[in-house]
Amino acid sequence: MSKKVFPNVNLAKADLTVGQRYILQLFVTGVSPNSMRAIINIKLICEKYLQGRYELEIIDIYQQPSIALKEEIIAVPILIKKFPLPEVRMIGDLSDIDMVLEGLHLI
Amino acid sequence: MLTFNKKIANLKFPKTPTGIQGLDVITNGGIPKNRPTLLLGDTGCGKTIMAMEFLINGITSFDEPAVFLSFEEKTSELEMNVRSLGFDLNKHLGNNKIYLEYMPINREAVRETGKYDIEGLFVRLEQAIMKVKAKRVVLDSLDTLFYGFDYKILRTEFKRLLSWLKDKNVTAIITGEKGDAFHTRDGVQEYVADCVIILDNRVENQVTTRRLRIVKYRGSIHGNNEYPFLINEKGITVLPINNDALQQKSSSKRILSGIADLDIMLDKKGFFIGSSVLISGTAGTGKTSVATTFAYSACNNDYRCLFCAFEEAPNQIIRNMRSIGIALEPIIKSGHLNFYYARPTLQNLELHFIAIKKMINELKPSVVILDPITNLMTEGPNSDVRSMLTRFVDYLKIEQITVMFTAAITVGSIERNPSDEGISSMVDTWMMVQDIEVDSKRTRSMCIMKSRGMLHSSEVHRFNITKKGINLLPIVIPKSKLLSGAKRTEKEHQNLSTSRESIGIK
Repeated sequence: MSKKVFPNVNLAKADLTVGQRYILQLFVTGVSPNSMRAIINIKLICEKYLQGRYELEIIDIYQQPSIALKEEIIAVPILIKKFPLPEVRMIGDLSDIDMVLEGLHLI
Repeated sequence: MLTFNKKIANLKFPKTPTGIQGLDVITNGGIPKNRPTLLLGDTGCGKTIMAMEFLINGITSFDEPAVFLSFEEKTSELEMNVRSLGFDLNKHLGNNKIYLEYMPINREAVRETGKYDIEGLFVRLEQAIMKVKAKRVVLDSLDTLFYGFDYKILRTEFKRLLSWLKDKNVTAIITGEKGDAFHTRDGVQEYVADCVIILDNRVENQVTTRRLRIVKYRGSIHGNNEYPFLINEKGITVLPINNDALQQKSSSKRILSGIADLDIMLDKKGFFIGSSVLISGTAGTGKTSVATTFAYSACNNDYRCLFCAFEEAPNQIIRNMRSIGIALEPIIKSGHLNFYYARPTLQNLELHFIAIKKMINELKPSVVILDPITNLMTEGPNSDVRSMLTRFVDYLKIEQITVMFTAAITVGSIERNPSDEGISSMVDTWMMVQDIEVDSKRTRSMCIMKSRGMLHSSEVHRFNITKKGINLLPIVIPKSKLLSGAKRTEKEHQNLSTSRESIGIK
């Protein structure tokens, strides 16, 4: 997989994930600053790189605490790429865009 | 000391008893209630076990449900491991009294994309606490948690966790590795925890001893020393110093020594109940026989007896005693006589005492025999041994248990034997058995060196071990001529009858 300084959609198309639908889950805790930043960031990333082919579910573990156990969550916010496989977990407010794209196999 | 302790008790610093033998004594009642306590120690120190016992005791003795969060061991492994220590987790799990949760932490599988916190842990912990209405919580262990995440973040998060735990009104134990790296790198323990306990596992003279020390305890006095502790199939025991030695009761009741002639020497009534008795003497003078005779007599008078043998195996003692007409089997069968047998080198001296103390708590004996304590003295420096023995004697006195030690001393060092000096000041009755030369013959003799609180004979008596037990006779030293054979016997009998008359016995 080649890596360029400026990641863009054209390069990502060369990847195996071309045209794949993405299923993403973002777990947050209420309206904490980290959570808010993570929500904004993931929405921007999805709109820019995965337009029209993603499902994003934002889950507040304060509202659904039992899911934290099920998904074995300790650190939040956490983004889980459920599909395409393999499952990838990213913790943090998603402000390191390169890291996120790498995790999503978009670069 | 006593009034001081009472003052402290009046302050009523809220504490949660751990139920661990000895630990509550050192901490003056337990760990801080509704606050977190750090339990630090290297691997294999018994952190998890201690934390688990704290929870189990909470359930069984104080009706406080518990949560155990494990970052290290899976719940099934945990159950298995603590079962070997007699904790049946399944029962409590079934009754909804304990909740176990395993939180695997896998740093490699997670990438960091920015700022985060460990709120997920809080959410899960809250769920867990709610599930069983927990009052006690254990997090095991901090290092695994720290391994998984960024230190800078976790440092602040850890602080938050502790104050969060306080808000939840749970008494928590958080385990972690000791080691300087941990303290300085994370600076965690200095400022956040209210109570820090360090466990340690040390090898000295090829004997391993686990020790416990309370490093800090905000708002409470506590024992500062290192205390040895023991993990066995019944859990953990910490050996504290008894600071209530002043509360000893001094009984004026007596217990017979089992040797009629010795009782006569001891003001005709034998030892005081709850006193300590030392028999010292050179090798082969019959110390063990005296001790066993005492045990035998006590058992036959329906007292329970614990015989701690450090030299001979119980079977050997039973066989040897048969030869002097003492049958121990019946009293063993009836449960009156129990043996603690261990090689002194098996473990540290303190641990022997802990083990003996445990047996005492179970058996509730009236008489304890330590045969011989000089063997224990090979383990560790003399001052340690002495302080340990003092503590132990204090403990026995509080429990009103009569204790008899035997001590072997070498020929010629009777006056200046350091071990004797050390012990003799703490014993109430000291008897010496030794070989002396009478009539160009080696003769066993016995005399009472001291016996607090009673009139006692100061004569040196001849000490006979016969097929029918032990008897004592006055020593016959012919003034005019050497006697032998029948004449000697005659003279002895004469002396015996006069000496008995003189103290009013026929």
